[in-house]
Amino acid sequence: MTDLLPGDLSLIVFLPTLGALVVLFIPRERTQALFKTALATALLTFLWSLKVLWRFTPSQGEMQFTERLSWIPAYGIEYFIGIDGISLFLVLLATFLGPIVILASWSITEKVKEYLFFMLTLETGMIGTFLALDLFLFYVFWEVMLVPMYFIIGVWGGPRRIYAALKFVLFTMSGSLLMLVAIIYIATRNAEITGTLTFDLLRIYNLHLPYEEQIWLFLAFALAFAIKVPLFPFHTWLPDAHVEAPTAGSVILAGVLLKMGTYGFLRFAIPLFPEATIAAAPFVIALAVTGIIYGALVAMMQRDLKKLIAYSSVSHLGFVMLGLFALNLQGLQGSLYQMISHGLSTGALFLIVGMIYERRHTRMIADFGGLWRPLPVFSAFFLVVTLSSIGLPGLNGFIGEFLILLGAFKSTPLWAAGATTGVVLGAIYMLWMYRRVVLGPLTHPENQNLKDIGTREIVILTPILALILFMGVYPQPILSRMRPSIELVLRRVEDKRYSAPVFTPSRTAATRGTKRHGN
Amino acid sequence: METNLIPLLPAAEIALTALIVLLLDLFLREREKGILAWITILGLGIAGGMTFFLWDDPQSAFQNSLVLDNFGLFFTNLLIGAAVITVLFSVHYLNETNIQRGEYHVLILFSTFGMVLMVTANDLILFFLGLETLSVALYVLTGMWRERKSSSEAAMKYFINGAFASGFLLYGIALIFGATGSTNLARISASLAQSTTQGQGLLSVGVLLLLVGLSFKVAAVPFHFWAPDVYEGAPTSVTGFMAVAVKAAAFAAWTRILVHQLAPMSSEWSFILWTMAVLTMTVGNVLAIAQASVKRMLAYSSIAHAGYLLIGVIAGGEVGGSALLFYLVAYTLMSLGAFGVVMALKEGENDNEQLTHFAGLGFRRPFLGMTMSIFMLSLAGFPPLGGFIGKFYLFRSAIVSGHTELAIIGVLNSLLSVVYYLRVIVMMYMEEGGVQGKSLASSPYLYAAIAITALGVVYLGVIPAPALDLSRTSFLSLR
Repeated sequence: MTDLLPGDLSLIVFLPTLGALVVLFIPRERTQALFKTALATALLTFLWSLKVLWRFTPSQGEMQFTERLSWIPAYGIEYFIGIDGISLFLVLLATFLGPIVILASWSITEKVKEYLFFMLTLETGMIGTFLALDLFLFYVFWEVMLVPMYFIIGVWGGPRRIYAALKFVLFTMSGSLLMLVAIIYIATRNAEITGTLTFDLLRIYNLHLPYEEQIWLFLAFALAFAIKVPLFPFHTWLPDAHVEAPTAGSVILAGVLLKMGTYGFLRFAIPLFPEATIAAAPFVIALAVTGIIYGALVAMMQRDLKKLIAYSSVSHLGFVMLGLFALNLQGLQGSLYQMISHGLSTGALFLIVGMIYERRHTRMIADFGGLWRPLPVFSAFFLVVTLSSIGLPGLNGFIGEFLILLGAFKSTPLWAAGATTGVVLGAIYMLWMYRRVVLGPLTHPENQNLKDIGTREIVILTPILALILFMGVYPQPILSRMRPSIELVLRRVEDKRYSAPVFTPSRTAATRGTKRHGN
Repeated sequence: METNLIPLLPAAEIALTALIVLLLDLFLREREKGILAWITILGLGIAGGMTFFLWDDPQSAFQNSLVLDNFGLFFTNLLIGAAVITVLFSVHYLNETNIQRGEYHVLILFSTFGMVLMVTANDLILFFLGLETLSVALYVLTGMWRERKSSSEAAMKYFINGAFASGFLLYGIALIFGATGSTNLARISASLAQSTTQGQGLLSVGVLLLLVGLSFKVAAVPFHFWAPDVYEGAPTSVTGFMAVAVKAAAFAAWTRILVHQLAPMSSEWSFILWTMAVLTMTVGNVLAIAQASVKRMLAYSSIAHAGYLLIGVIAGGEVGGSALLFYLVAYTLMSLGAFGVVMALKEGENDNEQLTHFAGLGFRRPFLGMTMSIFMLSLAGFPPLGGFIGKFYLFRSAIVSGHTELAIIGVLNSLLSVVYYLRVIVMMYMEEGGVQGKSLASSPYLYAAIAITALGVVYLGVIPAPALDLSRTSFLSLR
């Protein structure tokens, strides 16, 4: 009986789709009704995800709330979803940002119906990607999410939106299509070895392939994820997409979409191909640290606020990658924590830039200055978010960065030292930007009569700020829920390393780090 | 020995309908001729209904030269479906193009008849007869838009190229006959098993020529040169029919003859096919990018899709064959639907087939925009649509059969194709201007048929299991 009812997770995945279908049947003139329907859907989804958080067993590292339905039996493809400490907070991040971006889109007047339809289907795609435990299902959600994002950038974006949208799709697809080949290949090999054709991730985890095959498969997966992260040098699509996307698109892009790449490493590439991961770690770390410093330097030189934040994302996601490939508990935990906190603070930054853009129709830093006088409330919010992005102790950014650096110092001290300069550079470009935009005398008379942010905008920003503070001072409930699942991933890497018959990794710094943790 | 005529029933029923329509056409007045479309659909429907009674009951006729197995029935239904949708498409379209109703429907029926023969033939001669019946009907259909020079030109081109292809085919059949002493596929297959070295070279050349002939029909590179001009010149409803039905029938024959009966010889042609598949995919996709006309773009895209289908032929066996069958169903729906939307834009004398005519369509005509987006995304291979599942199985068949490189080339080609399929969506949703497409806006049948194909594409993507099982069991029914 209860089998026929959708589980909590399925509801979270498909509530937005349901809302999107309802939106399709509301006449396009009734924009308020459209917005309210979408907002209600997103809120309900968020509430339901809170229910999952409430009933989540913190001490359990394995999948919870799993749901399994046969989808294509002949090929062993299932609708198989579940949640663990890794995906829990990413899903919450996505459902939390859902209502916020819809509220932030209230100023959209053209083609509202289609806009909300795509926003809601996008949410389904994102949540599904985080929850899918069947490789085929994962790929489906991963690709499904591209289409609404393509439309959101392409239809409601800035002047070069078509170029940016196409670039976004082509970059992402060039990686993900090779991942599709790798997914089919790994399932085929699994069928050859175990005799059952399945795309079930949990069962494929136990597959142990020779090192030569692992490397190729790892590369195919890693390319797809690295483009999404984006890891230097695959980042060139990101500034274009961010600059051209509407505010809500940027928030979703920076807040959730980029995390899909790092999540992919944590869920798929690392535990599936441990030997290849260990072999590739030095290269990935080198790219990550290059990205940290490069992103920070380029961000410093930007004149466009959105571009600056886009490059700062490249830098911050470099930290996440560094933590992941440190391959120890602190590194992984810090990365996961940083994914969430980057989602919040960068999301908030894009919202703030969107608010100022709506007032002045420019995003150039040079057009601002001394905004604190006409916009005091705005400036206060902006300050907290800026500090959070820098990683000020007491705010969310600090915890993640600190743990990542801790983990990285354990495994690769030299690279970690390089990454530390990124922290300093980050403080420089963010504070410099803040000074030029908000502080100092009012240099442009047009800015004199700007209206400070209103109730709707405060309602948008306050929950994010509350979380930024909460995550900064009391990380324990979050970290403790992440830990068991992360330890499982680490154990998987280590187990396979010790039983590896074909490849003995050289004593790289990375392996030393994880061994120490293993004790 | 008594002749069992039951396997002939569906084909005969279609031919009979054709004759009835032909006769009625003489007696009906011009304004009453609308009924011919419904008689055509009724006739096709009855033939389709017959297949349900014949399912799972393989029978053969004429000394085993015609075999009505599930494989044949599967394709019979697919072809009937394509023909019905084409007829629905053309109810009002024929008014716009001044094409004679009677002849049009008769020819659609005769070509369907030819195709049904082709997919049930187990004898090379009968296969050839089916192919010729279909081809002659299509030559005329291509040229039926008599007001257009391009239509006549296309018909001429198609005819000359088709005649060439038929020559190759017939020559190939003759050589195979010379080598094995039979035109019956079962006997040819049996003589392969005995493997006498005598006449082996002759057989190889014969199969090669057969391959060339079939490649012409599916427009595989390097035998594709006729396709873009013919597809562009023909009336759009005919183009859609040609692009999907001929392809399906030819690939069905290809599957029966090469993948199944001559499978032991696969080592001889697999390299040639490999090269052709790669070339077909790449040339089709690269040239499609350069097109400004949507109709012509779809022509090149249909070439590219023939390339993907060849992957299934190369992979062979159960996994390749069933992937091929499934892909043909998905391809039929999404490609026909796309041609339907192109038809819907026609306004009087203006065909409105250029990319620029699609500008802003998504918001001006939401239904057409949405369905066209579904077709384009499915053709490009986005989940959860039929085209994605189809590609997934084709690429999987390549990997399972040890051709991972083909899967990689295939996905890279899909990436190329995204460029031009998404360009249509860019036009429809991200540009302004374009045309209304009012002339056919009052054709409920056209719109209904587009909706049916779009729903089919979504259905195949979301619930692929039934169609997949059907493809597999149909392929396995080959004997």
